[in-house]
Amino acid sequence: MTGTATSTRRRSWPRVVGVAAIVLYCLAPFYWMVVSAFRRPGDQFAITPLPRPWSVENFLAVFKPDVGFGRSLLNSVIVAGTTTLLTLLLGTFAAYALARLNFRFKTAAAGVVIAMSMFPVISLVVPLLKLFTNIGWINTYQAMILPSLSFALPLAVWNLTTFFRQMPEELEQAAMVDGCTRGQAFRKVIIPLAAPGMFTTAIITFIVAWNEFAIALSMVNDKSMQTATVAISRFTGAYGFDQPFGTQMAAGVIVTVPLVIVVLLFQRRIIAGLTAGGVK
Amino acid sequence: MTSTSTTEPLRAKTRSVPRHARGRRRGRAEAGRLAALLLSPTFAVLALVIVYPLVSALRDSLFSSGEQLDENGFVVQGDQFVGLRNFADIVRGAAATRFWNAFGNTTFFMLTTVAMETVIGMAMALVMHHALRGRGVVRASVLVPWAVPTAVSALLWRWMFASDGVINAIIGHQVLWTTEGWHAKLAVIVADVWKTAPFVGLLTLAGLQIIPGDLYEAARVDGAGSWRQFWQITLPLVKPALLVAVLFRILDALRMFDLPFVLIGNQKRSAETLSMLAWDEASNLHYGPAAAYATLLFFYVVVVAFLFVKLLGADVIGEARGRRAVGRRAVGRRAEDAPAAPPREEVVPA
Repeated sequence: MTGTATSTRRRSWPRVVGVAAIVLYCLAPFYWMVVSAFRRPGDQFAITPLPRPWSVENFLAVFKPDVGFGRSLLNSVIVAGTTTLLTLLLGTFAAYALARLNFRFKTAAAGVVIAMSMFPVISLVVPLLKLFTNIGWINTYQAMILPSLSFALPLAVWNLTTFFRQMPEELEQAAMVDGCTRGQAFRKVIIPLAAPGMFTTAIITFIVAWNEFAIALSMVNDKSMQTATVAISRFTGAYGFDQPFGTQMAAGVIVTVPLVIVVLLFQRRIIAGLTAGGVK
Repeated sequence: MTSTSTTEPLRAKTRSVPRHARGRRRGRAEAGRLAALLLSPTFAVLALVIVYPLVSALRDSLFSSGEQLDENGFVVQGDQFVGLRNFADIVRGAAATRFWNAFGNTTFFMLTTVAMETVIGMAMALVMHHALRGRGVVRASVLVPWAVPTAVSALLWRWMFASDGVINAIIGHQVLWTTEGWHAKLAVIVADVWKTAPFVGLLTLAGLQIIPGDLYEAARVDGAGSWRQFWQITLPLVKPALLVAVLFRILDALRMFDLPFVLIGNQKRSAETLSMLAWDEASNLHYGPAAAYATLLFFYVVVVAFLFVKLLGADVIGEARGRRAVGRRAVGRRAEDAPAAPPREEVVPA
């Protein structure tokens, strides 16, 4: 990039405009959600750039006891958290094998994992819905967690494989020369070093699992078991509007802002992970 | 990034330590056993949550349940084997209009959104690549649409597209965006592009960052303008990364569900996709037709992915293999300058 630096300084304003356009494109709708959430319900349709006056009524409406949104948030944390933990546990082993071991069918194994991540969720929701109905799993956490593994696991395996490959192999070899078995080398050398990569994978997996909608919508019909994304889409008018947009925006802020903060804190890592995995 | 050493770990190692030649065969067999051990939990789970449903859907699609009436008008209990009748009904029976509409919507959304996302994403990547100031801000803001849950972003756009919403206020017309008709389609496209174009931009940026800067200098010396540089250097060299991003977007667009479901609603003709159709049938306990829709969607995805990989040569698994070949052909190897683009092949044996 040093080569282009001289010419970029000459005409820098189009770049500034471009940067501003991207930031505006990405943040304007998000900004509108936050602003709308902080308006009074009566000002819902105001289009001033800032709420006048500011109000947290929409947020209070979200947490009214009969809405049960707190419970939905908890459900989301349980489902996305368990999915992430399981995924990380299984995915680390698989990724290590794909990154470090030399065995037959390695390409095939990697290909299968990638292919699985392209699977349309609905194609598995329909048969699993029937299965879970028959075995009484509707309205359970496992009915949401297990299908979520279908997209979380390939994503995590792919991410972790990339991270494992980036670590110098000499470390592991040195440990094995010093008398460690492969398993010990893995546990004592690789895992501690891979911790940042695993952390990034965990964040990405958690966000993707947290954002899941189709499975949670299908497998649960009991209000107390639904996840936050489903709960938001089902809010009914607390203030007598056709659709309680203010309340929904407030709930949207609650569901999104923690993710956005995490994303901002770890943006470098997440981008490296996303572009390495290449999977949403 | 001296990543070549990781391609064939054991062979490379044994080659450098020749006195362990006898241990090599043993090592490889051991590696095979270990690999099987390490991979089996993942594959067991994938078999349970993907292969089983796939087979089960295929089976269900050949049966009809619950909605048969016998000659006395009673509902027949249990599944009835109907062969390919579910598929025949879908393609040219009473439900055919709905199916072809959903098929058309799915294909239309896929083509329009992916085309726009590719162009916008490419533009974003170029801007980010050349940005001097505000890189951190751009990087952070580009991740925001990705982090917003699709269901929430659908609600957000539903709110902005509401009849008294901000978009109508800006354009000064009362358009009923989220009801039916082309407005509804447009609303879906806008919302989808907003959420995913930045993602395409990120993947493309990673591809841009490994293009050696010397190439541009050489081109400039030869008198090529920026337009020509883009078509002759940037585009061909970023193509592998771009193709993978586009493939992922295509497959994602084909299974689109949350966005039209929340933004427009269930059973709306203008925005019903194949996923929504299958889901709607399943939620009405028509498992046979639902499974048939799900199976058809699956095969549609497979066919599109296959054609894309075959025709355009998207190298999904060995994506960096192409990159590295390009890098080798290029004069200056500046791949080290690309922190955000770790090599991602090595799965492919040398």
